[in-house]
Amino acid sequence: MDSHDTGAAPAPPHSETTLRVNGEPRTLDLDHRRVLLDLLREDLGLTGAKKGCDHGQCGACTVLVDGRRVNSCLLLAVTLDGAEVTTVEGLAGHGGDPHPLQRAFLERDAFQCGYCTPGQICSAVGMLAEAAAGHPSHVTDPAAPSGEPVELVRAEIRERLSGNLCRCGAYPRIADAVEDVI
Amino acid sequence: MTGTTGTETVLGAPAERREGREKVTGTARYAAEYDGPARAHAWPVPATVARGRVTAVDAGPALALPGVLAVLTHENAPRLAEPDDPILAVLQNPRVPHRGWFVALVVAESLEAAREGADAVRVAYEAEPHDVTLTASHPDAYTPENANGGYPAVREHGDPDAAFAAAEVRVDVEYRVPPLHNHPMEPHASTARWDEGHLVVRTSSQGTGPVRAALAKVFELPEERITVSAEHVGGGFGSKGTPRPDVVLAAMAARHTGRTVTVAFPRRRLPAVVGHRAPTLHRLRLGAGRDGGLVSLSHEVTTHSSRIKEFVEQAAVPARVMYAAPHLRSVHRVVRLDVPTPSWMRAPGESPGMYALESAMDELAAELGVDPVELRVRNEPAADPDTGRPFSSRHLVECLREGARRFGWAARDPRPRSGAAGALLIGTGVAAATYPVMAAPSRASAWALPDGTFLVRVNATDIGTGARTVLAQVAADALGVPLDRVGIEVGSTELPAAPLAGGSSGTASWGWAVHEACARLADRLTTLPGPVPEAGLGAHADTAGQADAESRYSRHAFGAHFAEVAVDTVTGEVRVRRMLGVYAAGRILNARTARSQFVGGMTMGLGMALTEGSHLDPAFGDFAESDLASYHVPAHADVTDIEAHWLQEDDPHLNPMGSKGIGEIGIVGSAAAIGNAVHHATGIRFRELPLTPDRVLTGLLAHEAPPGTFGG
Ligand code: FES
Ligand code: FES
Repeated sequence: MDSHDTGAAPAPPHSETTLRVNGEPRTLDLDHRRVLLDLLREDLGLTGAKKGCDHGQCGACTVLVDGRRVNSCLLLAVTLDGAEVTTVEGLAGHGGDPHPLQRAFLERDAFQCGYCTPGQICSAVGMLAEAAAGHPSHVTDPAAPSGEPVELVRAEIRERLSGNLCRCGAYPRIADAVEDVI
Repeated sequence: MTGTTGTETVLGAPAERREGREKVTGTARYAAEYDGPARAHAWPVPATVARGRVTAVDAGPALALPGVLAVLTHENAPRLAEPDDPILAVLQNPRVPHRGWFVALVVAESLEAAREGADAVRVAYEAEPHDVTLTASHPDAYTPENANGGYPAVREHGDPDAAFAAAEVRVDVEYRVPPLHNHPMEPHASTARWDEGHLVVRTSSQGTGPVRAALAKVFELPEERITVSAEHVGGGFGSKGTPRPDVVLAAMAARHTGRTVTVAFPRRRLPAVVGHRAPTLHRLRLGAGRDGGLVSLSHEVTTHSSRIKEFVEQAAVPARVMYAAPHLRSVHRVVRLDVPTPSWMRAPGESPGMYALESAMDELAAELGVDPVELRVRNEPAADPDTGRPFSSRHLVECLREGARRFGWAARDPRPRSGAAGALLIGTGVAAATYPVMAAPSRASAWALPDGTFLVRVNATDIGTGARTVLAQVAADALGVPLDRVGIEVGSTELPAAPLAGGSSGTASWGWAVHEACARLADRLTTLPGPVPEAGLGAHADTAGQADAESRYSRHAFGAHFAEVAVDTVTGEVRVRRMLGVYAAGRILNARTARSQFVGGMTMGLGMALTEGSHLDPAFGDFAESDLASYHVPAHADVTDIEAHWLQEDDPHLNPMGSKGIGEIGIVGSAAAIGNAVHHATGIRFRELPLTPDRVLTGLLAHEAPPGTFGG
């Protein structure tokens, strides 16, 4: 049962889309079904973003879009024309020096298999910015002044990273690593 | 000879993971991440009946979709020779042995097209009545010859029934552990291509050697014409210990289409095809004297397996080594049902078995009014209760004492419900842990190179344990050179043959061969008259006959788990406030990665206790919780404070490194410690996992207002 005549089937709807990925403009003709995660992994070879569930349940695919963390498996890439995307490959500083969080993860042994790790790191980067911008979490004291930076005590870190699952159970070390860079 | 890192010996040092930088920068590649020229993607089609036969497949609508290359079914897929493991006989006949069994595979130019194609395939079935419900009194239950691991299904000493009947104190209780899913974060995936008759495969597996052997068998190829590699593996926890259908399907699809094909299983498909921890129904009978000494211990387990394979979770096995009971029985029974085939999940046998046994021991302690730590100490055996062999080392008592000291156990008020704090009930619990010491023969080679560095080659697999790092440490130690002079290659069948990463035996097996090869190389170097030749100088080792030699000792790791919980009386939610484990696991070869493994195991134990549970839906015959939204693995917020410690244990009867396995013992008994803490907090014995709010709240309400009184 092979498809001998693929030419007969009309191509699925597609559009030209331009995104900036890790600082570089990329223009692609995108199948409208393509999600950001598959665009990164399949079209750009940026496999640092991982596919753990494809359903927004695990956080392995977390990247930053316009500075905010997102589950890239849930975003249709064609909707992101003009967006700025940062992946784990783009976190390093000038000269390829690892990001402080990447270094902290190494020093703390905040991973085992490493499959959740890029998502954890991108999520932590996004989370630090959210706390600095005063976004409350489920465990933030409701009496805390709104709009002020939230102090990232351990419970805040844990709560805010709970969308990133780690089956290897590196959680305490991940929280340590995040504390190291605060 | 002792290698050095400058100030300390190499073995045991907290060396950083060798592949760490790749993992934190996103350059480490996993099996689905190898883009060959013109790579195609495949998507499986699962059976939607629990038992029956495929009567027709209409691939037309799928093939009409743009980008779909082929639809493989039992009618057109390449024929396979019969595999050793029946779960690998995919697309060979129309039988459906369980729901979720793959009945077709769609290969397409893109993931999107493959997925849409899989939705478009029309399959007709002749369904038959099915049965997926395990009960202890199931008429089809039978006693197998062996349980998993080759353990005899039944062992009996003395007259456990009579001794139990005559015992001064008796505990007769039943526990239930539901099906559990491994769910490593990287779903099972393989990328395959045929290169002029040579099959080249990247796969996510705990051992590429067994994968190659299975592929050689089904495709009837000599092993030399197959290369399997697994450079990085995103966890396995047993589910990648045996070859899984992804690798066979990828190779079939690549042969059928002439393309490089990646098969990455969707998360929701995993529970049906990668094995699961089978549910276990436990009956424990403990008979003791007033002094707490056990006279009779009987552990009977009933579990399920599938129609196509007998796999028996060896949950009564730990009862054979734990306590001195002159009358001792351990029995496994199994019921073959129309369920997916169960398999290994972290500490198969020990994990559910010790949950039940260590919970029952806590019940006995409460019954006797004896401290649960002391009860275990009182029942410490002088030799292995089942075989009579001496223990090579044990130190369970030391683990319990050290854990009690670190945890602050002495300050505990033993009375249940003594720790109320507002709406919270606080309690603490303890449980013991054990895991057998295993090792398998392995080969390895070691090379001295003219530039003064060394290269060690062994087909170990690093599934997140840090195998590269610890094996380099073993090598540096045996060679007596600094760690940074040792390079290591692992993760490919092109390397010297080695067993899989499983049974907490990887490091022992591979390390043994690495140690031997390096010791031999060091010898050759001392007698080498001139400089190391241009081509290098090599030495090889094969530990066959050594690593698998019978020991006159009973060899096991032991440990103790302590937990403190808070139970919310309003919501029924249980939170673990802290967990502490102390292990006696021989020599710890890398303090940094070992701690991560222990803590990871304890975290999975926390999940087993509180959040993880799956059900086979009797009507549909499927797991009701098959993705990560419904099957709850612990998240950051669930894990507050977990500590792992170990004793310096010197055991000369193990392997040249003196190590025991550490990958699994962390999950053994940790769920019991949490359950026992919940009893201490609430005064209620919950005997079915997981301890979810619905269960706990129901128990709390019934406790406050026994049936018939609630609501007046
Ligand atoms: S892959 Fe996106 S959340 Fe799991
Ligand atoms: S490091 Fe393996 S899942 Fe997090």
